[in-house]
Amino acid sequence: MDRILFGDNQFFSINHISEQKATQQSIQFRDDDAIVNTIDIAREEGIETFMCTTHERLYSIFDVIRNNNVKYSAFSIYPCMPYAHKYANAVTELGVVSTIKKYIPGNIVSSIYKGGMAMFSSDYISIMKLMIDAEMKMFYHLKTPVIFLQNVVTDLLLGLGMTGIFKYFHDYIRTKYKVEAGFITMNMPMLLEALEHEGVHHPIICCSINKAGFRMSGGIEKYENVLEQKNARIIAMQVLGGGSLPADEAIEYVCQLPNIESILFGASSQKNIHQTVSYIHHYDKLKEFAEPYISQVC
Amino acid sequence: MIKVGLIGAGKMGISHLSILGAHPNVDVVGVVDTSKVVNQVLDKFAPFDTFYDIDKMLDTKLPDAVFVAVPTKYHADIVEELLERGIHVFVEKPFCLNTAQGEGLVKLASRYRLINQVGYHNKFIATFEEAKTIISNHQLGRITHFMGEAYGPVVTKPKKYSWRSNPEEGGGCLMDYASHVIDLINYLVSPILKIHGSVMKPIFSNHVDDSVYSILETENNITGLLSVNWSDETYRKMATTITINGTNGKLICDATSIKVFFTTGHCPEGYSKGWNVRYINELAKPVNFYLRGEEYSAQIDYFIKSIMGDVPNTINTFASALMTDKAIHNIKKNHEKNGQNSIW
Repeated sequence: MDRILFGDNQFFSINHISEQKATQQSIQFRDDDAIVNTIDIAREEGIETFMCTTHERLYSIFDVIRNNNVKYSAFSIYPCMPYAHKYANAVTELGVVSTIKKYIPGNIVSSIYKGGMAMFSSDYISIMKLMIDAEMKMFYHLKTPVIFLQNVVTDLLLGLGMTGIFKYFHDYIRTKYKVEAGFITMNMPMLLEALEHEGVHHPIICCSINKAGFRMSGGIEKYENVLEQKNARIIAMQVLGGGSLPADEAIEYVCQLPNIESILFGASSQKNIHQTVSYIHHYDKLKEFAEPYISQVC
Repeated sequence: MIKVGLIGAGKMGISHLSILGAHPNVDVVGVVDTSKVVNQVLDKFAPFDTFYDIDKMLDTKLPDAVFVAVPTKYHADIVEELLERGIHVFVEKPFCLNTAQGEGLVKLASRYRLINQVGYHNKFIATFEEAKTIISNHQLGRITHFMGEAYGPVVTKPKKYSWRSNPEEGGGCLMDYASHVIDLINYLVSPILKIHGSVMKPIFSNHVDDSVYSILETENNITGLLSVNWSDETYRKMATTITINGTNGKLICDATSIKVFFTTGHCPEGYSKGWNVRYINELAKPVNFYLRGEEYSAQIDYFIKSIMGDVPNTINTFASALMTDKAIHNIKKNHEKNGQNSIW
C-alpha cells in the first residue's frame, strides 16, 4: 500500500466537527468536475490511491477515470463497502427482505420467505457474496488492490459476535477478486483479536489513530501496544483527531509511531492537501534519519 | 454480570444488541424477534439464543434487564409486563402512544423501584451535555428565547406503507424527529407546558406529518420555536440544533459543536467574552466500544451502571420521557384544534 491515501468524506459533506462546513463542502462539490479536480490536485502531490465508499455519486467520477486510462494509469481505488446510508434508508422504507431483493438480482433472496423455507448458513453467505458483487460493479476496469468492509458493518458484526463473517468476506475478496481484503473499524484492538481468532492473520485494518485519542475505542495505550507488536497492516485515519489538533503536531505523532503502513486523509483545498502531504514527508524523513541512532542507543 | 434480554432486533434493536454484546458487564441471555430471517441469521452466526415469544424468553432466561425496541404501539403492554416481573427496562423512544399509558408505567417503575430509561440518546452527546452544564449553572443569565430544530432526509419521495407512515402506530415526523428536539428542550430549558400554535404538514406522506412547526412555552414561561422537517434532502442525515438566548449570552448547539457567545467576562472556565466554539472531538468522552456515535454506547453504559448502583437513574427516565409524550400530545391537539387536521 502507498504511504498516503486520499479519502472521500469531503465530497459527501461528511464533516465530524461542523455541520456548516459540511454544507459548504456540499456546495463546493456539487459538480463532478470539482471532485475530479480535487483528486487531480492530490495526484499532483504524489497521491495515487483514492479510498472511497460505494456512493452512487462516484459512478460518473469513475467513468472519467476509465475514459482517461493513460492519465490515470498509476491510479488505484480502495473501495469501502457498503455505503451504509443507502441500505439504512432502504431498510426504513422497504424492510430488510425487500431491501436485499432490491439490491440483489436473482432468485435466492425470494426463497427466504417462500413457504417458510429454512435457509442454510451457506445461503446467507451466498447473499453476502452477491451483495459484494453488486457493490463492486461500479469499479469495472479499475484497479482495486484492497477492498474494505466499512466500519459501521465491521463494528456492528464485531459487537454481535458474528465474527465468522469476517473470514468469509476476507476469503471471498481474495478468491473472487484476487486482491487483499481490509477492515475499517473504530475498535481496532478488539477487531484484531477477533480476526486472529477467526484465522485472518496479519490483516489490513484502517482505524482512527491520533494524538487526541479520538475514536480510539479501548484506549490509546491499547492501540500503541498493537502497533508495537506489528500483527496488522495499519492504515491510520482521522489523524487530525477530527480536526481538533494542529496539523503539524498531529502528523508528527502519527509519523513517529511504529508500523503504520499508510495514512489516510481527505481535504477539499489545494492548500490543505499540500500542507498535510508536506508534513507527512517531513516527519517520515526525520524518522528515517533518526532510526539508526535510536536503535544504536537501544 | 447483568443478564440482559432484547425484544425487537430491528434497526435500533440490532444496534443496541451489538453494543450490549461488546459490553464487559453484560451477558446477553436472549433475543426476541418476529422475523424468521433475523432469528435465523443470529442463530447461525451470532452467539445469542433467539426466541419468537417474549414470555418464553423471560421464563427461561430470567433476565435482570430488558431492552425494548419494537414499534411504539407495543411499548406499553410489553414494558408493563416486564415491570410486573421485576425487570429493569430500557425502552426506545418515543415512550408511549398515549400519556395515560405512560403515567401508569412511571408509577409502576417507581413502585417496584426498577431502573427505567428511554432511548433519547442526544442527552449523551458531549456537546449537549456541555450546553446543559452552562445552562444549569445559569451562565447564560435569564433565558429569553429558544429555538429547537431538526432536519434530515427520511421521507424524500412518496413511500410505500410501513408502520412509520401510520399515525396510529407512532409514525410521522412529530413522533420521530420532533420528539428528540422536544425532549432536548425539556431537558435544557424546562418542560414544555403550553402550545401557542402548531402546524403539522405532510410533504410526501399521505397519512402522516413530514414537518412540524410550533410556538411553545415552558413551565417557567419561556417561549420558543420548534421547526422540524424530515423531508429535507439538503441534509445527509438527521441534524438537530438547539439555540438558546439568555440575558448574558447565546448558545447554538448541535451534535458536532457548541458555539457560545458571552456578553461579559463572567463565564465558565475555558470560555471568554464573545464567541467561543468547542467541538465534539475535544468534548467527547471515549467509550469502550464504538458504533455509530459515542452517545449510543454511553446511554447503554449509563443504564447498566444505574442497575449496578454506580450512577443515579436520573437521565432519560420514564418520567422525563412522559413529559415529552405530553408535549407531543399537546402539539397534536393544538394542530387539530386549529382545524388543520384535514390535510391528511
